Amino acid sequence: MSVAAETVILRRSGSGVNLARFAVYALLIVAAAVFLAPLVSMVFTSLKSMDEIRAGNLLSPPTAITLEAWQTAWNSACISVSCAGLKGYFLNSIRMVVPAVLISVGLGALNGYVLTKWRFRGDNLLFGAMMFGCFIPFQIVLIPMAFTLGKIGLAGTTAGLVLVHVLYGVCFTTLFFRNFYVAVPDELVKAARMDGAGFWQIFTRVLLPISWPIIVVSVIWQFTGIWNDFLFGASFAGGESQPITVALNNLVNTSTGVKLYNVDMAGAMITAAPTILIYLFLGRFFLRGLMAGAVKG
Amino acid sequence: MKRILLSTVCAVVLGLSAASLQPTQAQDKGSVEVLHWWTSGGEAAAVSVLKQDMESKGVAWLDMPVAGGAGEAAMTALRARVTSGNPPTAAQLLGMSLRAWAEEGFLGDLSEVAEPEGWDTVIPEPLQAFAKYDGHYVAAPVNIHRPNWLWSNAKIFQENGLTPPKTWDEFNQVAEALQAKGIQPLAHGGQNWQDTTVFDDVVLGIGGPEFYQKAIIEADPEALGSDTMVKVFDQMRKIRGFVDPNFSGRDWNLATAMVLNGEAAMQLMGDWAKGEIIAAGKTPGVDILCTPAPGTEGSFLFNTDFFAMFDVGEERRPAQLIMASAAMSPSFQETFNLAKGSIPARTDVPGDKFDECGKQSMADIKAAQEKGTLMGSLAHGHAQPPAVQGAMFDVVTNHFNSDQSSEEAAKALVEAVAAAQ
Amino acid sequence: MAATERMAGRRRLANALPLFVLSPSLLMVTIGVYGFMLFSVILSFTSSKMFPRFVFTGFDQYERLFTNPRWGVAVQNIFIFGGLYIVFTTILGLGLAILIDQRIRAEGAFRTIFLYPMALSFIVTGVIWQWILNPGLGLERLVQSWGWESFSFKWLVDPQMAIYTVVIAGVWQVAGFVMALFLAGLRGINTEILSAARMDGAPTHKIYTRIIIPALRPVFLTAFVVEAHLAIKSYDLVVALTKGGPGFATELPSTFMYTTTFTRNEMGLGAASATVMLMTLAAIIIPYLYSELRHERRG
Repeated sequence: MSVAAETVILRRSGSGVNLARFAVYALLIVAAAVFLAPLVSMVFTSLKSMDEIRAGNLLSPPTAITLEAWQTAWNSACISVSCAGLKGYFLNSIRMVVPAVLISVGLGALNGYVLTKWRFRGDNLLFGAMMFGCFIPFQIVLIPMAFTLGKIGLAGTTAGLVLVHVLYGVCFTTLFFRNFYVAVPDELVKAARMDGAGFWQIFTRVLLPISWPIIVVSVIWQFTGIWNDFLFGASFAGGESQPITVALNNLVNTSTGVKLYNVDMAGAMITAAPTILIYLFLGRFFLRGLMAGAVKG
Repeated sequence: MKRILLSTVCAVVLGLSAASLQPTQAQDKGSVEVLHWWTSGGEAAAVSVLKQDMESKGVAWLDMPVAGGAGEAAMTALRARVTSGNPPTAAQLLGMSLRAWAEEGFLGDLSEVAEPEGWDTVIPEPLQAFAKYDGHYVAAPVNIHRPNWLWSNAKIFQENGLTPPKTWDEFNQVAEALQAKGIQPLAHGGQNWQDTTVFDDVVLGIGGPEFYQKAIIEADPEALGSDTMVKVFDQMRKIRGFVDPNFSGRDWNLATAMVLNGEAAMQLMGDWAKGEIIAAGKTPGVDILCTPAPGTEGSFLFNTDFFAMFDVGEERRPAQLIMASAAMSPSFQETFNLAKGSIPARTDVPGDKFDECGKQSMADIKAAQEKGTLMGSLAHGHAQPPAVQGAMFDVVTNHFNSDQSSEEAAKALVEAVAAAQ
Repeated sequence: MAATERMAGRRRLANALPLFVLSPSLLMVTIGVYGFMLFSVILSFTSSKMFPRFVFTGFDQYERLFTNPRWGVAVQNIFIFGGLYIVFTTILGLGLAILIDQRIRAEGAFRTIFLYPMALSFIVTGVIWQWILNPGLGLERLVQSWGWESFSFKWLVDPQMAIYTVVIAGVWQVAGFVMALFLAGLRGINTEILSAARMDGAPTHKIYTRIIIPALRPVFLTAFVVEAHLAIKSYDLVVALTKGGPGFATELPSTFMYTTTFTRNEMGLGAASATVMLMTLAAIIIPYLYSELRHERRG
C-alpha cells in the first residue's frame, strides 16, 4: 500500500482534496508531456516525407503518414558500401545481447547466492571489490581489453564482445541478486539442507523459484546496457558483426550529402524498439524488483 | 522450464565457443577488410567503386565503417583492432596519423607494386612524404582535397555588384558591405576543425606561405608568438563578427546549405562542399563560385586520404597488394574523385571530366608544386602530430568563442604548443 | 571408516564449491577491473603517446594535466554539471515519485513514460536533442510559431550556458530511474508509523518532511551514488549534444580523457586524467560501500 494511500484513507474528503488531486494530475500530465516530447517528435518525423519535415516544426504531426522511411531504414538504407538497411545489424545485436544477458544474469544469480547463503571469511570484502567494477569508466579499459581479447583469440568476434559485456555486467547483476537474496530468510536454506539438498538443489529449488522479480530487473538492466552500447561494439566487433548502434551511428552521424531526417529517425526508432518494448512490457515488474531488493529502503 | 532455460544457456555458450574457433573474418587469400569513415552518399558511392573493382578481381571486400567526428570513432576502433593483434587490411588515414602509425611499425611494405607502377613519378612530393616511410610506400593516397577555398553565392554577389574578395582587407570590405544590406556575410559552423580551417586560411593569407611554413608546419615559437600572428587573431576576431549567432556546433554541410539557399553569402571550406552543391542541383563555379581563400592564391593547402596498408602477414598480403594497385589506378582515382569532389592524388589523370573548380584545383596544384607552396593543412591533419594539432585547435577555438585578446591568444598558442610537444 | 572419509571429502567439496562458483566472476573482475585500472595508473607515469610505452617520467603527466586549460574547464564543468545533475534528478525523481504515489489512475502508464528515456542511448536520441536545443530548428522556433515571437532559447550556442543544456538532457534521461528508486522506497515505508502520526493529527506536509523523507535516507544515498557515478561517466551525452563545444566550453573529464587518449595520441596524459577520475570515484563509492556493508553486518 502506498504511503499516500494511507494518508488519503485517513483524511476526510472535501473540496481541498479535489483541488489537490487536480493539481497532482495536472503536474503529472505536464511532466509526462515533457518527457514524451522527444519520442513523439522522433516518431512524427519518421512518418513524414522530407518535404513535410522542411515545412513543419518539431511537433507538428504528419499530415500524410508514410512508412517509407521505416522501410528504407530497415531494408535499403545505404550504410557505407552496403545498401541493405539495418536489418542485418539488428540480428548481430540479438546474437550478442542474448548470450551476454543470459550468462551475466546467470552468473550474477550464482554469485548472489554464494555471497549470501554460503558465506565465508572476507565475502563482504570480495563483494565490495566486485561492486567497484560497476563504476569503472569504460573508456579506460579499451586498450588493455583489446590486448587481452587478442591474446585469448577472441579479437573481432561476437564471443569476445559477449565476454566484455558479461565482465562489466556481472558486477551489476551480482549486486542485484545479492541484495535480493540477503533478504531471503536463512531458515529456508537451512531447512532445505536438513532435507539433504545440496548446493545446486538449494539454488534451483529454493531460491530460483522466488527470484523472478530480481531476474526481471537484471534482465532489463543488462539488456538495455548491452543493446545500447556503442563504444565496445565499435572497438571490438569485426566489420561483419557490428551491432546496430554502430550501424545507426554510421547512418546518422555522417556529414555529407542530403540528410534524410525521416530515415535517420526511423533508424533510431528501429534501434530503440527492443529496449522500449522491454520497458513497456516489463516496466511494472521493474519497480516490483527494485522494491524486492535492488534498493534497500 | 528451468531445465529448458539451463540447456539454452549451455547451447548458446557452446555455440559461441564453437564460433570463436573460426574467426569471423574470412582469412583466405582473397579478401580485404577496410576500416573507413566514408559512410554517406557520394563518399560511400566512391568506395563502392573500389569494392566492385576488387570483387571483379576475385577479392572479397569486408567493410568496416565507423562514422563520426571526422574519423574520431574510427581511429579508436583502429587502435583497438591493432592492439588486439588483428589489424584490418587497410584503413583510411590522414597524413599525420598515417605517419604516426608508420613510426609505430605497424604498416606493411608496398614496394612490390609501387616500384613497377612508378608511384614516385605520379605522386606529388609533399604527399610522398606521408605515403612513404623509411624509403618505401606504406600507403596509397587516393585524393587531394583543397581546404583553402572560398565559396560565394553568385547571385548575391551579382545583385550587390560585388566580386569574391582576393585579400583579407577586401574580404572585410565585402563583408561589411553585405552586412550593411542585411545579408549574412559568412556561413560557418562552430566546431574546432572548422574554426581551424578558417585559421589556416588567415595565417596563409596574412602571413604568406613562408610564415605558414614557419608557424604551422614547423611550429616555430617565434613565428607563433609574432606580431603577424597577432594580426591573424585580429582578423579571426573580425570574422567572428561576420558569422551569425547560431553558428556553434553547426555541421559544415548545414553552413554550405546556407550559402546555397542565399541565407549567407560566403563560406570558407574545403572542396568537399561541392558534394553539397551538386546534391542541391547547383553547379560549382557557376551558381556557387569557387575562389582560393582570400590572400591564398598561388598556394595550395592539401588534405589527402590515404589507404594505409597494415602489416597483415603473408596470407593476406596478395589481396592487399591487389587493393593498393587498384586504389592507385588512374581509372579508380578519376571515378573516386569525381564522386568525392577532390582531385586525384596522381597528377597524370586527365582533368576533362572535372568541373571548373576541380580543373582550377588541378592547375593550381601544379603551380604550387613548382613554387614550393603546396603545404599540408593543419585543420585536416597534415601539418602537426595529433597532440600539437589538438593544442592549436584548443587555442584557436577558444579565442574564436571568447573575448580573448589577440595578444593573449598568440601567447597561449606558444605555450600550448610547447606543452604538447 | 570409508563413510567418514567420504563425508570429509564431501565437506571439502562443499566448502570449495561456493568459491569455485565465484571464481569465473572474480577472475574477470580481477583482470578486467583491477588489472586494467592498475595498467592505467602505471601508464599515467609514462610518456606513452599512441601506444603504451613504459618510459617512466614521474609526475610529468600530472603536471601537464593540471596546467592544461582544457582540463581546467572540464573539472569546473563536472562540478557544475555533476552538482546540478544530482540536485535536479533527485528533486524531480522524488517529486514524481510522491505524485505517482498519490493513488492515481494509470500509474503504470505514467511510470513507463518517466522511465523510458533510460531505455534509450544518446546514439538514438542525440539527433532529436540537437534539434530541440538548436535555436533555429527546435524549441525556440516551436514556441515562436505558437505566437510568442520574442521567445529566445540559445543556450546550446552560448559558451556560458551550453553546459546547462547537457544538464537538461541528462536529467531527462535519468530522472525516471531515480523516481523508480524513490517509489520503491516510499512503498517500503512502514505504514503503521504513518497511521499513528495521522491519528495524532499531523498535517500531510509535516508527515512528508518529518517522517517520510527522513525514512527515505538510504534511498537518497543510493540515488546519490547512482547519480554521481553516472555524472562522472557521462560521455555520449556531451558528444551527442555539443561535441564539447562551443569552443571547449562543455568539455567533461570523460570527454577530455577520450579525446586526449584516442584523438590526440597522448595516452600518458589521458591515463593521468583517468587516474584522477578513478580516485574521485573511489572517494565517493568506497565510503558508501563501506557503510552499506558494515551496516548490514550489524543488522
